[in-house]
Amino acid sequence: MSGVEKVSVRMRVNGETREALVEPRTLLVDFLRESLNLTGTHIGCDTTYCGACTVLLNGRTVKSCTLFAPMAGGGEITTVEGLSADSTLHPVQNAFAECHGLQCGFCTPGLLLSTFHLLSKNAKPTDKQIRKAIAGNTCRCTGYQNVLKAIRMAADEMGKR
Amino acid sequence: MYAYPFSYHRAKSLAEASKLLQQLGSESRVLAGGQSLIPLMKMRLARPTALIDINHVPGLNDIRSHNGELRLGALARHTDIEMSDTAAAIPILHDCAAGIADVQVRNQGTIGGSLAEADPSGDWGATLLTLETSVQCTGPQGERTIKLEEFIKDAYTTVLAHDELVREIIVKKPPRSSGGAYLAFKRSAPVYATASAAVQLTLDGKDICKEIRVVLGCLGLTAIRAKSAEGELRGKKVDGKTIQRAAEAAREAAEPQSDMRGSADYKRMLVAALAKRALAIAVRRARGERVEAGHEYVGR
Repeated sequence: MSGVEKVSVRMRVNGETREALVEPRTLLVDFLRESLNLTGTHIGCDTTYCGACTVLLNGRTVKSCTLFAPMAGGGEITTVEGLSADSTLHPVQNAFAECHGLQCGFCTPGLLLSTFHLLSKNAKPTDKQIRKAIAGNTCRCTGYQNVLKAIRMAADEMGKR
Repeated sequence: MYAYPFSYHRAKSLAEASKLLQQLGSESRVLAGGQSLIPLMKMRLARPTALIDINHVPGLNDIRSHNGELRLGALARHTDIEMSDTAAAIPILHDCAAGIADVQVRNQGTIGGSLAEADPSGDWGATLLTLETSVQCTGPQGERTIKLEEFIKDAYTTVLAHDELVREIIVKKPPRSSGGAYLAFKRSAPVYATASAAVQLTLDGKDICKEIRVVLGCLGLTAIRAKSAEGELRGKKVDGKTIQRAAEAAREAAEPQSDMRGSADYKRMLVAALAKRALAIAVRRARGERVEAGHEYVGR
């Protein structure tokens, strides 16, 4: 239909080399969800607003609805599936569960990765820094109070390790 | 949402990117961070037939200080500038970089892409026009350095030729007795600002304003240099009264349109308030005080 040839896109996803043949216009989020069957990354607004599609690209959070898949070719991607190891929750995930930092859970994968990214750069963030770090993640349920609690708890727990 | 189909090409150098732009024709486009271009393509407001990805061109994200100039590589991400101690020497740059959209967009979007896109609501145009800024461009005819005032022609339009790319942004460091501030008001973090005001001014020892630039963002087809507002302060003592007159002149200089971000009247009132506060912060910074500025939004 398109008249444009598919391209082979290969990247490291959660530590494994993955490859698929896609149209260049394939969004990174659809590459992850449809080609690799990693459906933990969600599509919320599809307009660079809500951050439900947040993943790490080479250690930095990006909105995967606003990257074409070939742009991440050769890169390192971490999705929410890559946070937990062998069915043990990551401390960030655990804190969100403990503090009920979610209601419907749709935005949660993005918030988990934004929190992971924040705490990897800043082990003891202030409330102001936390708010700034999650300003690109929209939650329509919680009012964010329990999200803030969860991030504070995750920082404390990770500080103990 | 899906963009029109296009072919994808990854350039290893700006020279190769320029060659590809020639070969692939007038509907090919450069892809830097993509944080402006990709949304436009998804909404099908832009429909390039080929994208030339320059994200993997080495050495294009450096931020260097040299001979009284700050040189920012075209691929310096907003986050790189936000976190850069070198760039912090010019506080207005930090004001701008630290508040563009949100963390995710700042991690990907680039200063060169932002200027080349020339979005009327972009933050960098207004910020950098308060400083002596030039854009170093490269193409088949070689390199040329263009003053930012001449680089931006119109909304979404620059003087770049089709096969020409931005290599570096060069900013002259203001003198010690100079202070600047960028204030932008946003309805929420990820959106474009409703209005913004950027100020850079130099004081003598007695609070007389020697040099000043006032630039308004989001209020016209390009960022607007409010020369009448500058005239209210240049050569005069800065105090509450002269700052108020300059803010009123800024309101008159704005050319806002009513849209979903607010009515034209509202935007005029907003920019007057932003300009007044940005002027006051710039004065305090010129005196050596540390004051916060930048983007403001609910929940900040």
